Amino acid sequence: MAEKSFNLRIITPDRIFYEGEAEMVEFNTTEGQVGILPGHIPLTVIIKPGILNIHEAEGNKVAALHAGFAEILPEGVTILAEIIEWPEEINEERAEAAKERAEDRLRSRTPETDIARAETALQRAIARIQVLK
Amino acid sequence: MASMRDIKRRKSSIQGTQQITKAMKLVSTVKLQRARSNAERSKSYFNCMYDTVNSILKRVGHIEHKYLVPGQSQKKAVIVITSNRGLAGGYNSNVVKLITRHPDWKKEDLVIYPIGSKGHDAFVRNGYEVAECENSIVEAPAYVDAMALSKRLLQSFADGEIGEIYLAYTAFKNTVSHIPTLLRLLPISCEEPEEQAPKAEAIMNFEPEDVEALNLIVPKYITSLIYGALVESVASENGARMQAMDNATSNAEEMISDLSLKYNRARQGSITQELTEIIAGAEALG
Repeated sequence: MAEKSFNLRIITPDRIFYEGEAEMVEFNTTEGQVGILPGHIPLTVIIKPGILNIHEAEGNKVAALHAGFAEILPEGVTILAEIIEWPEEINEERAEAAKERAEDRLRSRTPETDIARAETALQRAIARIQVLK
Repeated sequence: MASMRDIKRRKSSIQGTQQITKAMKLVSTVKLQRARSNAERSKSYFNCMYDTVNSILKRVGHIEHKYLVPGQSQKKAVIVITSNRGLAGGYNSNVVKLITRHPDWKKEDLVIYPIGSKGHDAFVRNGYEVAECENSIVEAPAYVDAMALSKRLLQSFADGEIGEIYLAYTAFKNTVSHIPTLLRLLPISCEEPEEQAPKAEAIMNFEPEDVEALNLIVPKYITSLIYGALVESVASENGARMQAMDNATSNAEEMISDLSLKYNRARQGSITQELTEIIAGAEALG
């Protein structure tokens, strides 16, 4: 075990969302939940809506991460996030409403329903609500 | 020689214009600062995005992929980013000229996606095929707008309506230099496989596999390019307007000083004439 922490950068199109040393970072990808520790092999993954969990030396930080991709290198991780929110930026009522809407759409599915879109919306809403808890 | 009253009127009208151009310059200076800091903040995202896509392409350079070869259709879609307002010097016309004066492009092969009403009007006037776009995007570029546009274009690309996608915008280099730029978005150009002699980096892995990763990343890549172009164009627009207004203000200054000189000369002339008349009158009486 060489390094204890690695450099984590989370960049969105209009700001640098997070930059710092992390011991582990967890998030959801198209291939399932992953947890990245220092010294990981080079890997690029596509992000699916879920919770981002940053383990720092002093504690944990969570955020709702919705879309983007991550570039993992042994010395650090860069997450290019299209949409990401800290818990304090989330409106709980809106997330609940969005969850219900998406569930409705999936229940009463008609041939015109865009199922993939409704499912993504549902996953987003669930991620937002979970981050708040 | 023009009468004193005419000169005075002319001067005050120029002074009024100068005040307006001065105010417009100040406004665009402030807007430029905001737009520039926006453009700088988003820069790191695009650099990262660019590096990642490049590294993927280097690895998968030889595969047949729908995003790497031109589509069946002869049509070329061109996104043209201009402004909604004029008085920005050559800003709008330079971008439009990139397309109308392109040596290899025929009018019939192009579909223009204009963002910004100035570009829209120019292409309609010249008889190009124009697809309707939201003009208000350039007022405050948002990532979701870029996402919607890239989705629409990729859909037409997938349906075979268009074979290639281009992007025309004004790159913002610094406050005084803005370069009209034409960029090919799709198919992604697989150029410069410049061998970085000893490859120190470990090979990047992908999860999911290369091709699927490409399917997911390319739309994001294109979105980010469109967004980047929007942000830079806004900065360039304000930079161009600031320059144009600065020139206008100093031109007005020059005209005013010229008119002041003429006015003083006319006043002197009228005094001399009056004196001559009085003296002549006094002599006639005496």
